[in-house]
Amino acid sequence: MTSKTLSEAQVWQWLEDVPDPEIPVISVVDLGVVRDVSVKDEAVRVTITPTYSGCPAMSVIAMDIETALAKQGVTQLKLKTQIVPAWTTDWLSAKGIAKLETYGIAPPQAAGVPKCCPHCKSQALEKVSQFGSTPCKAQWRCTDCLEPFDYFKCI
Amino acid sequence: MNQLFEFLLRQGDNALVLGHRMSEWCGVAPALEEDIALANTALDLIGQTQLWLGYAAEVEAAGRTANDLAFRRDAYDFRNMLMVEVPNEDFGRTLMQQFCFDAFQVPWLTALTASSNTRVAEIATKSVKEATYHLDRSAKTVIALGDGTAESNARMQTALDYLWPYTGEIFADDATDQAMAKAGVAPLPSSLKETWQKTIVQTLSAARLTQPDSTFAHSGGRSGMRHTEHLGHMLATMQVLQRSYPGAVW
Repeated sequence: MTSKTLSEAQVWQWLEDVPDPEIPVISVVDLGVVRDVSVKDEAVRVTITPTYSGCPAMSVIAMDIETALAKQGVTQLKLKTQIVPAWTTDWLSAKGIAKLETYGIAPPQAAGVPKCCPHCKSQALEKVSQFGSTPCKAQWRCTDCLEPFDYFKCI
Repeated sequence: MNQLFEFLLRQGDNALVLGHRMSEWCGVAPALEEDIALANTALDLIGQTQLWLGYAAEVEAAGRTANDLAFRRDAYDFRNMLMVEVPNEDFGRTLMQQFCFDAFQVPWLTALTASSNTRVAEIATKSVKEATYHLDRSAKTVIALGDGTAESNARMQTALDYLWPYTGEIFADDATDQAMAKAGVAPLPSSLKETWQKTIVQTLSAARLTQPDSTFAHSGGRSGMRHTEHLGHMLATMQVLQRSYPGAVW
């Protein structure tokens, strides 16, 4: 690979194929943790922002990004972690939100509660717990189809 | 004494010690949902610890890391408030302890977002989002249990009576607090007492619990001068691996 062929757009595209380790249906770009990509000569710099301070997926995400870019022939990679501005669910891409719902995870809502059951679309819902299987989710249940589901917390 | 280092240790140690106490519920909480909630809260706190102690290690510039500070210091080098180190006892005490802490932590971190120290402001900006979520849950749970059955109400009152003498230390300004306030890094803790008190009064009233009259306050955690006997026992468990195999990594 020569520096002429490596563009920032290309790196973004490669990162689109790096799945979130805990919600593999969306990419790390869809999740909004990749904040910036810059390419200078052959050196690539990727800035990432953690979702939650203690999210154990962050170290895996960093490793997955390194591996994915190394596979594409990137030899000089600098990964920078930045905590401000703090990650917000507003950074989830529209594509990511649609994929979450199809996968069975209710996407975040400004109102703080899920809009409808991701399975049967009913609005008869009850909260099971303010926390769920990962730091970014809460547990809800549909009282019509009785299925429990994850709700992506809005922060 | 490096006052900024002292300040950062207090920040990190509060989060670390409370985070460890919460994590002790993992697998043994009274209900699966609560188990998950406590483990997730612990995770947020340990994450915040990494940020605070990571910065503390940089400020100290003695070649130590956040992990060294967490796992290779003894009890008298810890700077957490006493309230977060007392044993869990029962679910009620844990929730009351978390609530009393969160009610302070939210206004405290909110104030720190305007710190003259950029790194402090950044860590606070990140952490306050998590703390706000914690307070929402801990306050609601305190109300649900206080305003619950005779048994749950009695347990919450016992928990409050036990923890109350430990809350005074949070607001007892000392030389480190004065230095931080002078440098614009943090407000004096005492300046937030009224805000804290308001949250406490509102929540306790909704929970049908009575605020104790006593103004007696234990102290010695934030200075490290006199921790309770419980911290050493907690560290013995938490630090056993690094104590047995110093520097072990995987």
